[in-house]
Amino acid sequence: MTRVTGGAPLESAHRASAPRTAHGSAPASLLRRILLQGQYETITMLRNGEQLILAIVLPLLAMVGLTVTPLLDGLGSSRINVAVPGILALCAMSTAFTGQGISTGFDRRYGVLRFLSTTPLGRTGLIAGKVLAVLAVLFLQVLIVTAAALMLGWRPNPAGWLPGLAILVLGAAAFTALGLLVAGTVRPEATLAITNLLWILLGALGGIVIPAERLPALAQAVVHFLPSGALGQALRDAFLYGSVNGAAVLVLLLWTAIAGGAATRWFKWN
Amino acid sequence: MVRSPESPVLTISGLVKDVGPLPTLDGKMLRVVSGLSLMAERGQVTALLGANGAGKTTTIECAQGLQKRTAGAISLLGQDPDSAGAGLRARVGVMLQDGGLPPSARPIPLLRHIAGMYQDPWPVDELIERLGIDTFSRTNVRRLSGGQKQRLALAAALVGNPEVLFLDEPSAGLDPQSRQMVFDLISELRNSGMGIILTTHLMDDAQRLADYVYIIDAGRNVAEGTVAELLRHQLPAGDASQHIRTLLFETEPGLDFTGVLPDGVDVTEARAGSYAATGALTPADLAAITAWWAARGIMPSSLSLEARSLEDVFLDISGREIR
Repeated sequence: MTRVTGGAPLESAHRASAPRTAHGSAPASLLRRILLQGQYETITMLRNGEQLILAIVLPLLAMVGLTVTPLLDGLGSSRINVAVPGILALCAMSTAFTGQGISTGFDRRYGVLRFLSTTPLGRTGLIAGKVLAVLAVLFLQVLIVTAAALMLGWRPNPAGWLPGLAILVLGAAAFTALGLLVAGTVRPEATLAITNLLWILLGALGGIVIPAERLPALAQAVVHFLPSGALGQALRDAFLYGSVNGAAVLVLLLWTAIAGGAATRWFKWN
Repeated sequence: MVRSPESPVLTISGLVKDVGPLPTLDGKMLRVVSGLSLMAERGQVTALLGANGAGKTTTIECAQGLQKRTAGAISLLGQDPDSAGAGLRARVGVMLQDGGLPPSARPIPLLRHIAGMYQDPWPVDELIERLGIDTFSRTNVRRLSGGQKQRLALAAALVGNPEVLFLDEPSAGLDPQSRQMVFDLISELRNSGMGIILTTHLMDDAQRLADYVYIIDAGRNVAEGTVAELLRHQLPAGDASQHIRTLLFETEPGLDFTGVLPDGVDVTEARAGSYAATGALTPADLAAITAWWAARGIMPSSLSLEARSLEDVFLDISGREIR
């Protein structure tokens, strides 16, 4: 019989059980899940036209702009040699911060993050897949920018490649953490505005393509502590002189740790 | 515990969920679920029935591990969903109320992508055919109709061939044909042994699909039972626990049925000439009223008999006011 109120389950004589044939799957391996998600997100990013403009077209335009104007003259090397490391840094900011932040923000809005976190992929796999997609797109950006830059006469210091690429990955980690922090805490429209605005502000005044010494005095004081300034300077030191800028690397590590911690703490999945 | 199922897929006991702090409540927490308990079994459809805002979605999201509970215990396939890993998630399919599918995705690549997360997924082509997804396979999720989105979300929930399936408002946005398609599939999955937990505010869904129904109101259990049990549910007015039916008929206005039908059957004239006799009607009562008409040469212009619906039970229990 039925009974009103009270949570205690009640007697129900006949809840017939059908023979069980639904068996349930085992998850694919963690590595496979992450690789699949990384591949899926990479394809999604590459199919997004606005994203491609931000990731490829604008950095290439900036590179050409810096080589035809005297903005970077008198910095100890050719315009293109000073410009390219900053352009690579700009690529990392485009993809890891702005592009990834916006797509994560809207995935959150549409419940995609919640749905995928109920599949074997889970939250950890989802984040790992996003990081992988950022690295894959960044790899393509580096190939394209490098090819174009070499044609424009870029002569990087050969000893700069190893530290340069490692620092680029570290910069991407810092910007990914920052992008996730923004995407996970504010509405997607606000994420769109914040990440695009910061891309422009940090791109122009954050020490990323234009070295600190060419910026207004006010900006000079802070850019070394910004992820943009630290990444731009560390890449210039690597590709111009083959050296590792320890202070800049430390700044990037701190941003990665702080933004990553904050994103872990405050990221809202719905 | 009186019921002792052999194989529960989900047990929830004393679930409490607070949300907030909410600025609209002066920074206080809002208790969305307060002390709710339920159990779902293999090979059955268990429905959580309640009005909007009753706490149904919050309850199943706590069971899915999407929301952290404030208090209470949840066991999903013997594990705590809050600490469970990919192994448990692979055995559980989830269809969210808002779908949760990326708007820019195409249906088939999306399903294949999700299928890749499992070692032994449901063959995607079979699911596509079964749910009629091939008819809109070239359209982005963003441009799908509500019913198409629901079918795709159901396919995405099933692609892992789960043992337990959660469906949050499964018939929302479905046209009658899609609804039939989805309901047939749900019944078939139930018969194959899947444990299905669905939420709905539609009595008809519960009545057509559910083996066992929990009526939820303001975050609490208010009644439970099989649909048949709930339909026999005792009325507050005190009718015996019999099937309550309503006899509707239309004939000449202003008739007086006093003495024709026994006590406990009320006859009301809602509009002039439109009558409803409600109560524990018996075959003898029908014979009495038709004999009464025959003796007076009355021929009703329409005549129908309605069983008490789950909707009546629901409204009797949870009150008729809108909240």
